[in-house]
Amino acid sequence: MSLVLTVNGRQHTVDASPETPLLYVLRNDLQLNGAKFGCGLGQCGACTVQVDGKAAYSCLLPVAAAQGRAIRTVEGLGAPEAPSPLQKAFMDEQAAQCGYCIGGMIMRAQALLDANPRPSEAHIRAHMQPNLCRCGTHMRILRAIRRAAGLPVEAASA
Amino acid sequence: MSPAWNTPVLPAAAAALALALAACAGGARLPPPPPQTFSAAEIEKGAELAKLADCQGCHTADGGQAFAGGRPLNSPFGTIYTRNITPDPRTGLGRYSREAFIRALRRGVRFDGAELYPAMPYDHFAYADDEDLGALYAYLMTRRPKDQPPTPNKLIPPANIRGAVAIWKALFFHPGRFQPTPGRSAAFNRGAYLVQSLGHCGACHTPHNFLDAEETSKPLQGGVQEGWYAPPLNALSPASVPWTPEHVYSFLRTGFDRDHSAAAGPMGSVVRELARAPEADVRALSVYLATLMQPSPAAKGAARPADHVAQAAAAQPAGARLYAGACAACHDAGAAMMREGRPPLQFATPPQEDRPTDVVQVILHGLQPATGPRGPYMPAFAGTLSDAQVADVAAYVRARYSDRPPWKDLASAVAKARRQGGEG
Repeated sequence: MSLVLTVNGRQHTVDASPETPLLYVLRNDLQLNGAKFGCGLGQCGACTVQVDGKAAYSCLLPVAAAQGRAIRTVEGLGAPEAPSPLQKAFMDEQAAQCGYCIGGMIMRAQALLDANPRPSEAHIRAHMQPNLCRCGTHMRILRAIRRAAGLPVEAASA
Repeated sequence: MSPAWNTPVLPAAAAALALALAACAGGARLPPPPPQTFSAAEIEKGAELAKLADCQGCHTADGGQAFAGGRPLNSPFGTIYTRNITPDPRTGLGRYSREAFIRALRRGVRFDGAELYPAMPYDHFAYADDEDLGALYAYLMTRRPKDQPPTPNKLIPPANIRGAVAIWKALFFHPGRFQPTPGRSAAFNRGAYLVQSLGHCGACHTPHNFLDAEETSKPLQGGVQEGWYAPPLNALSPASVPWTPEHVYSFLRTGFDRDHSAAAGPMGSVVRELARAPEADVRALSVYLATLMQPSPAAKGAARPADHVAQAAAAQPAGARLYAGACAACHDAGAAMMREGRPPLQFATPPQEDRPTDVVQVILHGLQPATGPRGPYMPAFAGTLSDAQVADVAAYVRARYSDRPPWKDLASAVAKARRQGGEG
């Protein structure tokens, strides 16, 4: 079945059965590999992208439900030679260890900063709670988000 | 205003007001005793009862100090913010003598004689023993005090006038005393006492009338609170698998039963507290509630789990496609979650219920583990599925996993649940 998706501002026509998770279409059909397959159950957040500005698990979003909506992946923020402010902050804070979770982490954090450019520490932690990092770099990820938001990089008490 | 509730009100209200004023004269204005006068045994007993009553569920705000109040509760008349029940002398229970505390729980009267709104379930606490209420007082008066003034309620007239509660009480508040059932076991009667009194199960599980009073003629027949439907706990239980005492115990103790489903919505805080309550009391609750549900269709073999794959796909093709992409990874036979021992959806109660409220709430807002990080979790779909898509999935779940007719009011149920948010 032919479907039209709007990803990072560009329209793509893909051939997929309607129940296919968006993640598979992004990776296999559009070669956008920033979102990763982690658990496939909506429990780890490695597949996080934005749908209409909100963080969403692309592994649990049937592609039929993604039609007509603004999909944004980590590739839509910036490129290695021209990273976005949030991507630059993740690099400056060396927030990635293995890096598998980072595409999802950045997209969830960007959804927060787009809605609230100066979030409180409690707000950042509550918002980032669904995304997991098995290397345990959560503290560096939090520092990167604070840096991008122009907040003191060391946490005030939550 | 209908004549039916116009006529008896005024004399009854006057009588109730006179009673309330007279009550001020007793021991209610005495100063509270110092904390060291409570015995350790009494405080310990109060701690157990506070868990069975889930005082924290309402009297602790998200992220706030335990018992310091401030949690918003929805009612048909607006929002009520719960009060501070730490022993703070300015803003909390420090203004209540033991007598005033017992009077508040039993009769819904504040330390200064003002009416308490029936969001506080004194229609249940009235059935508790004085000894139990005294123990609860000892426990609460030995918590860490917090100076936290009340958040003003946001109620519509006439509910914003506390005195109006006197009329409500005259109409609906006529508590009796708890009567054990002769010939039943001690566990049954202990369970019955806890359900009727401190457990206040009926506050959610009994239907409420147009003035938000429990319909006492329909005890535990199912009600709506905080945007969730609390299903019937008696012969009307819609469960597809019988609730034995062991199943009820597992559900109340862990928030989860592998032959039913997971606690959700306001039941989350109930099971969080019951997980730490005395085992014998949770067993007693289970014996009593399972006995109430014994005449239900499932227990009599008249209802059983259903899985109509082909018919549901034919009847709800859009819902079937969304389910395949969004739900099947966890909920289909052989999926990872099924191998973890999660129940198949045809065992869960929400798809069997008369209204779609709970299925819609869970799809939109997901499930958070109630009793610890190993509890059941489900991601929320509010951000990814539209109202129409949520309705399609719910209609498919109903068609596939129940033998009951389709829900009629799905679109409005989804819109309402989205407005209300997960906890109401």
